[in-house]
Amino acid sequence: MLSGWFVAALSTAYVLVLFAVARFGDARADAGRSIISANVYALSLAVYCTSWTFYGSVGRATSGGLSFLTIYIGPTLMLMFVGVIIKMIRISKAYRITSIADFIASRYGKSQLLAGLVTVIAVIGVVPYIALQLKAVSASLDVLFQYSDDKFLPWWLDSTLLIAAVLALFTILFGTRHLDATERHEGMVAAVAFESVVKLVAFMAVGLFVTYGMFGGFSDLFQRAAESPELARLLQLDSSRAGTWTAMILLSGLAIIFLPRQFQIIVVENVDESHLKRAVWLFPLYLLLINIFVLPLALGGLLHFQGQNLNPDTFVLTLPMARGAEALALLVFIGGLSAATGMVIVETIALSTMVCNDLVMPWLLRSTWLQVEKRQDLSGLLIGIRRVAIAVILLLGYIYFRAAGEAYALVGIGLISFAAVAQFAPAMFGGMYWKQGTRAGAVAGLLAGFGIWLYTLLLPSFAKSGWITSGFVEQGLFGISWMKAQALFGLSGMDEISHCLWWSLLANIGCYVGVSLNSRPDAVEAGQAERFVDVFRHAQRETDSRLWRGNASVDALVGLLERFLGPARARQQLGVYAQSRGAKDWHGLPADADFVHFAEAELAGAIGSASARVMVASVAQEEDLGLDEVLDILDEATQVRAYSRDLEAKQQELEAATADLRQANDRLRELDRMKDDFISTVTHELRTPLTSIRALSEMLHEDPRLELEARTRFLGIIVSEAERLTRLINQILDMAKMESGRAEWTTGEVDIGEVVRESMATLGQLFREKGVELAGDIPDSCPAVLADRDRLTQVMINLLSNAVKFVPGGNGRVGVRVGWDEKVVRVEVSDNGPGLTAEECVVIFEKFRQGGNTMTDKPQGTGLGLPISRQIVEYFGGNLWVESQPGAGANFIFTVPLPAPEE
Amino acid sequence: MAHKILIVDDEPNIVISLEFLMKKEGFEVAVATDGEEALAKVASFNPDLILLDVMMPKKSGFEVCEALRGDPSRAGLLIVMLTAKGRDTEVAKGLAIGADAYVTKPFSTKDLVVKVKSMLGVG
Repeated sequence: MLSGWFVAALSTAYVLVLFAVARFGDARADAGRSIISANVYALSLAVYCTSWTFYGSVGRATSGGLSFLTIYIGPTLMLMFVGVIIKMIRISKAYRITSIADFIASRYGKSQLLAGLVTVIAVIGVVPYIALQLKAVSASLDVLFQYSDDKFLPWWLDSTLLIAAVLALFTILFGTRHLDATERHEGMVAAVAFESVVKLVAFMAVGLFVTYGMFGGFSDLFQRAAESPELARLLQLDSSRAGTWTAMILLSGLAIIFLPRQFQIIVVENVDESHLKRAVWLFPLYLLLINIFVLPLALGGLLHFQGQNLNPDTFVLTLPMARGAEALALLVFIGGLSAATGMVIVETIALSTMVCNDLVMPWLLRSTWLQVEKRQDLSGLLIGIRRVAIAVILLLGYIYFRAAGEAYALVGIGLISFAAVAQFAPAMFGGMYWKQGTRAGAVAGLLAGFGIWLYTLLLPSFAKSGWITSGFVEQGLFGISWMKAQALFGLSGMDEISHCLWWSLLANIGCYVGVSLNSRPDAVEAGQAERFVDVFRHAQRETDSRLWRGNASVDALVGLLERFLGPARARQQLGVYAQSRGAKDWHGLPADADFVHFAEAELAGAIGSASARVMVASVAQEEDLGLDEVLDILDEATQVRAYSRDLEAKQQELEAATADLRQANDRLRELDRMKDDFISTVTHELRTPLTSIRALSEMLHEDPRLELEARTRFLGIIVSEAERLTRLINQILDMAKMESGRAEWTTGEVDIGEVVRESMATLGQLFREKGVELAGDIPDSCPAVLADRDRLTQVMINLLSNAVKFVPGGNGRVGVRVGWDEKVVRVEVSDNGPGLTAEECVVIFEKFRQGGNTMTDKPQGTGLGLPISRQIVEYFGGNLWVESQPGAGANFIFTVPLPAPEE
Repeated sequence: MAHKILIVDDEPNIVISLEFLMKKEGFEVAVATDGEEALAKVASFNPDLILLDVMMPKKSGFEVCEALRGDPSRAGLLIVMLTAKGRDTEVAKGLAIGADAYVTKPFSTKDLVVKVKSMLGVG
């Protein structure tokens, strides 16, 4: 039996731990040692998982099967568009944007109207969502005390109100400590990250308990479920609901950035863009972990409480309670509490900033009876307004919870809220990527989308709760059937959320685009459009200062800053700014456009960009720049950018050209080196026979009385070396001619078989002398090829004389084969000589590289025969190569293509 | 006692002419046709001077020269490099690794004989 006091003490202790974490985070932030790491940032994103998902996912799974997953798939997909979110963060940091209302208002010309409109939509859409959190906490308490009569609170005070009050206190303490220009709350983020861990641990603990403690693991659970036809249905994907799935994924994908608390955490509280890279995988991982046990819990609950008609939303509590695991139930309660409190705290801070800056301030600044103009320091007033806003929002949430109770309007509010904030998407995305989007378009789109959301989703939910008549849902407004709230224009067959999303986004985007295209932006708007869309490209300061002309005084602007930021903070920021401009202190700074922009940005951080604009305009004599002038300036900036892009492109071209030239030069140098090598080799080859000739003839010349025998021998050598020299010179010239393309070719139809037979006959004597067997396998008639007969004969003779040179005398064998297929004629000359290594098979086709290096008797020849033969064969489109292994003879093969058959 | 000359070249006809030339001048001559044989012949024949071709199979003339110069017991051996590659870099390389003279092919027989004799300190 759980005692009420014990639960109360535990909850209090938990909240105190939260306070401690938040204090620690704030203290570290003040000391300049932020604890917001990439991991903390990613965990704080999990404020997305509220008590609605903590308790409700299991409930959804009991009726919709796997469809609960859509709420998590959407955010995972959305986070993959890192570029979009980074752009959002970059814009927000550059213009000190503190809320989603501020973002939209600032983009469309710092419009107070738009800021107010977005705020109203957010409040209407989200306050019931806060109520839902309170309800979840209250419901979880009810479960804990189900069997207990222990009434520990007086009748006039209920636990939910107490929790709301504690949350308000917490939010006030850590959400409104000071008016930071960037509106960051590191202590709060730390606390939220901590809560994310708590709820994950709690949920996984109960998941493990049910899956492995109450049942025999996943397979046991799923097996048992599969046995019941009703439960088996939950395990299957229902293809007829694909449309719903798509709508849910889109909806939750938009919610992950556009819910005020998500925008607050992802964009406003971001300290370092690189943290996002971690969040991209860590946050989806978190979602995965918290979802693993949803289906097992749903199935476990349905199996365990069969026929008892228990609320499936409370399975996570009732399951451990039913087994008497009170400690676990308490952990789950704390997990649910953390899910609820995290959401409420961040949501309330985000909403209170919006309400204060975009609803209350514009009204205060305009009202004369408050005399705000005259009051010196307004920073206290600002904080006061926010604190009141926090309290009021929570109170509204509590009242809604009390009023709605078990009504449908509360239960279904999660997705209804999502659909409300989805209306921000066209104005946001359009504003970031489409310069033509105008304020009129944004207002029209938001109003249209919001109106349809109200009519097709929120009001029907009231009707279902019985608060208003449901005629407009069932018969259509005024009985007009195409006005049926959930089958607009006869569109039926969709679930209500998909239906609303379809029509509201259609109207929203249609109005936004249509009106934008038909309206002209004013000067401020055109400037803002440029800055937002091109945020990555702008050398901001220059354009900014050119877009402002007028007179202002430093004193007046500093006065403004002191009034809204408080004197201390104002002086601090002024100091930082002066330093960035290279001045010692701000007193000597000119009140130029740059200074005005600095002041306006600082003010925007405190009171929103729309109000900041109004305040700056009130103390400076500004010259109105006409739209045309603004467009001219922007155009010029664009031209300068285009020009510098051109220059960059030119530079790249030049660099590429330089690289090409360098490459060409390297190639030439390599060719030059090769030519040098070639000449050196040719010289060597020519000088070698010349050496013998000269030495021997000199000796003959010197000594006329030389013996006849020696004389004859020497003259023989001189003659043969002279022949070698002649052959060499001929071949070098031949080679040179072929390489330079000046060789003469007489191409005609040639019968290769005949060429081969003739070559064999020519060399027959040589073979017989050396005792080498020469065998031919040549068909009588071969197809004709187009080639130069003499050149082919040259190739054949070269191959045959090479073969006879290398086979052993006496038992040498050389075989010649001619064959063909439909494409080429193929000639093979094989021998039983020493064979070639793989390396040799390559180098023998290089100039002056002869085979048989290892033999002491140097082979006769010039080392040009094979390279020349290859050149000849390749000239006719064929190939010449050798297949051989050491010790296994060599097989020289060449092919000559057959002429293409005529059609 | 006649001076001993080792002729090292892989071209048989060049060997024939050098052998004849040196024998005619009264030297005692031995022949090797590649680098490895040259080193073996240096050990067995113990020449006073070696006419060494550069481009040879197995071991080039440069390698043979380096091997000989690395052997202190052969310090007095005279080495004349013969090459058909007349580039300055090769001449410089030959002299750098310790050759005593460098002769480019084709050479004048008269000049070669004069050079060999003066190196050996005869005639």
